[in-house]
Amino acid sequence: MSKKAGWYERINPVVRGIPPSGIRKFFDMVTEMKGVISLGVGEPDFVTPWHIREGCIYSLEKGYTMYTSNQGLLELREEIVRDLDISYSVTYDARREILITVGVSEGLDLAIRALVSPGDEVLIPEPSYVSYAPTTTLAGGVPVTMPTTVENDFRLTAEIVEKRITPRTKILLLCYPNNPTGAVLRRRDMLEIAEVVRHHDLIVISDEIYDKLTYVGSHTCFPSIPGMQDRTVLLNGFSKAYAMTGWRIGYAAANPYFIEAMNKIHQYGILCAPITAQMAALEALKNGRDGMVRMVQQYNRRRHMVMQSFKEMGLHCFEPGGAFYAFPDIIPTGLAAEEFAERLLREEKVAVIPGNAFGPSGEGFVRCSYAASMEDLGEAFRRMTSFVRRSGVRPKTVVNL
Amino acid sequence: MKELLDLLESNARLTESEIAVMLKMDEEEVRGRIRELERNKTILRYITLVNWEKVGEEKVSAMIEVRITPQRDVGFDAVAERIYRFPEVRSVRLLSGTYDLGVFIEGRTMKEVSHFVATKLSTIDGVISTTTHFVLKTYKQDGVIIEDDEEDRRLVVSP
Repeated sequence: MSKKAGWYERINPVVRGIPPSGIRKFFDMVTEMKGVISLGVGEPDFVTPWHIREGCIYSLEKGYTMYTSNQGLLELREEIVRDLDISYSVTYDARREILITVGVSEGLDLAIRALVSPGDEVLIPEPSYVSYAPTTTLAGGVPVTMPTTVENDFRLTAEIVEKRITPRTKILLLCYPNNPTGAVLRRRDMLEIAEVVRHHDLIVISDEIYDKLTYVGSHTCFPSIPGMQDRTVLLNGFSKAYAMTGWRIGYAAANPYFIEAMNKIHQYGILCAPITAQMAALEALKNGRDGMVRMVQQYNRRRHMVMQSFKEMGLHCFEPGGAFYAFPDIIPTGLAAEEFAERLLREEKVAVIPGNAFGPSGEGFVRCSYAASMEDLGEAFRRMTSFVRRSGVRPKTVVNL
Repeated sequence: MKELLDLLESNARLTESEIAVMLKMDEEEVRGRIRELERNKTILRYITLVNWEKVGEEKVSAMIEVRITPQRDVGFDAVAERIYRFPEVRSVRLLSGTYDLGVFIEGRTMKEVSHFVATKLSTIDGVISTTTHFVLKTYKQDGVIIEDDEEDRRLVVSP
């Protein structure tokens, strides 16, 4: 680091002010070690289904290597519209209301940049995925976090939202099913939140990347709540449901004004999402449903197994209704989240992510991804159990009534 | 019920308690259901898929197309039965297309297999013709890729 040359000071102060990701530090530690079982991975352990990969190879053979329109292949947009209609009965115009993005990450950035003026406040539930607040800050907005608690199953309620609203509040960000907690919102929660949104005339950005991975009840797509579609930017993609993380392909659905504004930024910054990934996404939507359902079924079995393991271990873990994460309460071990994760890694070679990497309200919890094989999960939980035992936690006697 | 069968089909060694946890069922209930499925022959047998080459065991297998004359009242069934009773025969299926039965045979040597086809199979009354295809290499069997080199290439930690 040649700080002397003054390069560091010449970096945009906004960028300088963004703290480094809490995960990256941990990443460096893990990569040095051998024999680690990682429950720290935020992506499916399945490889993209073969028919999707094969579809992409075929498209390459056919010479599909050119740009697409800025908005993305119309055929793909039409399939997305069809999927949204079938899954949630929400209707979008493929020509004017859908934009294909480079993952939900780009969609989020576009939505925030297109809508946030300097000083505008963006309400963000917490704990949540690491990029919402920095993206807001980079756009000149002010992230206002809304801590959720385990007592409330990490659900966001209308009351929590209402409390944080100021005259500068412009956007409410929703991210359910939630990473890292696995929390889902009930339709009733959404209806109540929608009431607040309407009352304060807010715009909603709803990141629903884990929608298909819902195990308890069925997912409610926020735009399907009466009156919400027009004021919501729906973000989704293919990474989780179709195990396509590395393809970097997602989409945004919103009213034509928002999409046009987002497309302006997108056309200069990105031009278009890679055509190979778009072709693969098309194949996923056309023929991927059965494979996706099978993967979801497997996640659900693992989820049951993980819940049982925590119970036997003596750590309380609220039942996650979606995504592929469990978020156990590690306070009984007497360790802070980072300490727990670091020692578990050093002593038992199991990687989990400290909850506070997802915001201060994640302190006292760790995120365990169950996107891992049954064998790995079994071994990881055996190791974790002996670690937790050493810290003096005993399982509560289970009384069968 | 179907999910339970799904699980056992992919791994017959899962214990009843493991299955109970995965499907969020009672262990007693799982045991009862499996017993019932075994009794009514929905579950026929628990099989281990072995790669015999790994222990130096040379086996020869062949797929034999068999054309037969169907018989009054029983159709193809009687001839099929005479064939599938032989222990050398691993599987027998009635197929649509240019031949009738697809018969899979396993033996120690090519000679042994050919001998079986010549003396036992083709001499059965009602068998019109046979065409033998020896297996040169198995890539995938019962849904399992024999030499699968796909591994977990994910980063160990990601948000």
